[in-house]
Amino acid sequence: MKKDMTKKLFCDEQIYDKKLTVSELSVGGVIEAGTAVNFHTGSWRSQRPVWVKERCISCLVCWISCPDSCIKIAPDEKKITVVTGIDYDYCKGCGICAKECLSKIKAINMENEKK
Amino acid sequence: MSKKMIEIRWHGRGGQGAKTAALLFAETILATGKYIQAFPEYGPERMGAPVQSFNRISEEPIMIHCGVVNPDYVVILDPSLMNSVSVTGGVNENGKIIVNTSFTSSDIAKKLGILVKQVHVVNASQIAIETIGRNIPNTPMLGALVKVIGTLDINEVLNNIKNKLTTKFRHKPDVIEGNISSIKRAFEEVVS
Amino acid sequence: MIKTIYSNGKIIAKTGNEIVAEAMRQIEPDVVAAYPITPATEIVQIFSQFVADGIVKSEYVAVESEHSAMSATIAASAAGARSMTATSSQGLSLMWEMLYIASGLRLPVVMAEVNRALSAPINIHCDQSDTMGARDAGWIQIYSENSQEAYDNMIQAVKIAENAKLPVLVTMDGFIISHCMEVVEVYPDFDVKRFIGEYKPDRYLLDVKNPYTLGAIDLHDYYFEHRYQIAEAMKNARDTILNVANDFEKKFGRKYDLYEKYMLDDAEIAIVIIGSAAGTSKIAVKRLREKGIKAGLLKIRVYRPFPSEQIVMDLKHIKVVAVLDRADSCSGAFSPIYSDIAASLCSTGIICPKIVNYVYGLGGREIDVEHILSIYEKLKKIVLGIEKPSNKVEYINVRI
Repeated sequence: MKKDMTKKLFCDEQIYDKKLTVSELSVGGVIEAGTAVNFHTGSWRSQRPVWVKERCISCLVCWISCPDSCIKIAPDEKKITVVTGIDYDYCKGCGICAKECLSKIKAINMENEKK
Repeated sequence: MSKKMIEIRWHGRGGQGAKTAALLFAETILATGKYIQAFPEYGPERMGAPVQSFNRISEEPIMIHCGVVNPDYVVILDPSLMNSVSVTGGVNENGKIIVNTSFTSSDIAKKLGILVKQVHVVNASQIAIETIGRNIPNTPMLGALVKVIGTLDINEVLNNIKNKLTTKFRHKPDVIEGNISSIKRAFEEVVS
Repeated sequence: MIKTIYSNGKIIAKTGNEIVAEAMRQIEPDVVAAYPITPATEIVQIFSQFVADGIVKSEYVAVESEHSAMSATIAASAAGARSMTATSSQGLSLMWEMLYIASGLRLPVVMAEVNRALSAPINIHCDQSDTMGARDAGWIQIYSENSQEAYDNMIQAVKIAENAKLPVLVTMDGFIISHCMEVVEVYPDFDVKRFIGEYKPDRYLLDVKNPYTLGAIDLHDYYFEHRYQIAEAMKNARDTILNVANDFEKKFGRKYDLYEKYMLDDAEIAIVIIGSAAGTSKIAVKRLREKGIKAGLLKIRVYRPFPSEQIVMDLKHIKVVAVLDRADSCSGAFSPIYSDIAASLCSTGIICPKIVNYVYGLGGREIDVEHILSIYEKLKKIVLGIEKPSNKVEYINVRI
């Protein structure tokens, strides 16, 4: 009963901000796995990386560098893994991808967030 | 402490088995249906250093958990301890002292300044060498102690010790025989 | 022959350490991680021999320090294993950081603890400074007067820990009990195993189908609630302990409570004490009773959770109470048990008995019947108004 409550409250973004009471909290600080999915950290961004598909050679340096796993990749028609975009739900705008992108390529550039 | 309780103090040197003797004695006495306690004087174990161990025997559960202050019996495994340790400490005039020595009880009584009737002697080292093959006087002294206490049945004690040693030394049957006969001999040879 | 209380019990002679190892053999935990230390060495030495000989199926982890011992025990417990360890003194101190983690994660770890003084100066003998220092670590603390209690407490500790979801430490006095051979009644393996039952954790980390996070950061928004949960669990543990004691009595016939009253109900003067010196003190009480002096004794068995309300009810009629601690909290004021008793008495608003504070037996210093009698003598004088109760700690058998 208690466990379900915790799970529900932690997993439902709408009511995440509700602070649980002692009796609603799980014992021993147990937190359900995978709840980070509900933290849409994209809202923290002040600068956004903009990916230019035409310039990208899919070297995947950005993908391996991103601390938040926000570089989207997928196999193309030749079954070669290529970059397909950026996950703005979770990208915090740290700029590592833009910094790491090869200077001759410059497929990712940081722009101010217009909110 | 009720009068029924018997308190024993063992004096030995590190390595002579004063603790082992007290523990073995306690286990043996337990088998006769009495409550027991056995504990060493706690300290770092150093070969040759004077050590003490203690026993309590009672018909009733033993609640007390402090050192033995006024022993009814004192067993001295090494006669040289009489020169350096106050072996008669806390012993009143009814207390008995059993010494592993080749001297007579009147010699020992004079040396310790106590009554002759309090002293019992047995040459446990000699017995140990002849029966076990090594100078480990602790088991023969058990026999002497049983004799001096007087209220314990030596055959029962021997049987219990035999059982105990059989499980411990099942690969060395001669050790068991040697120990048993050392206890028997000391029981017979201890004199006041 | 000495009669057993339990029909299938067996009377044997064992030292405290031997009997605790024996209890651990019967409990057969999944994991034991330990680092041997005097005077608790034999517990893990004997137990590791059981493991080596294949007598138990437990996993024995020989670690490189007590910090690792507690860490490994916690990890095993979190993974879903029934896990235990044993230590003493400096070993417990080295575990310190991890003690709080065991309780904070609400893991039912069981520890056999042998009370020994803390360095410096280095000392191997008995006092209770080690576990008294850990009294706020969120561990249930059960003290044993003798080997029988150590054995019975170990068996009960497993159930208590798992029901209360709190770690439990069971203590006995170093050397005085750990190295003293005494008469103990042991119960058959099967009966002990059935009494403690199988450990079925609600959740455990190795349950890969239901993954969860354990030990995540908890800031000002949640830490307080989690600590409140522990405080509440500790309070509720009293009932758990009593329930387990009840089951234990029903099964094996020995009665246990949070504390033991010895000739207390009609007493005028009494002492509160913990551990092996309680036995010695009972002899003093008996002697005084023979002389017609109304002396009594209260022996604390469960120090954490502290049975404050109950103790107050049993002490309120006493005229003068002496609280004896085998630990000095170096607070400049009072020692641990005294502080708890005094606070409990005050909190009720009941007119308190006069209470005096004694510290004894540090570093294995002898405490015998005469010492205890001298305390009762003092209490008598206070009752008669010949002496005033001291408002500071008094020390017994120390050269001042």
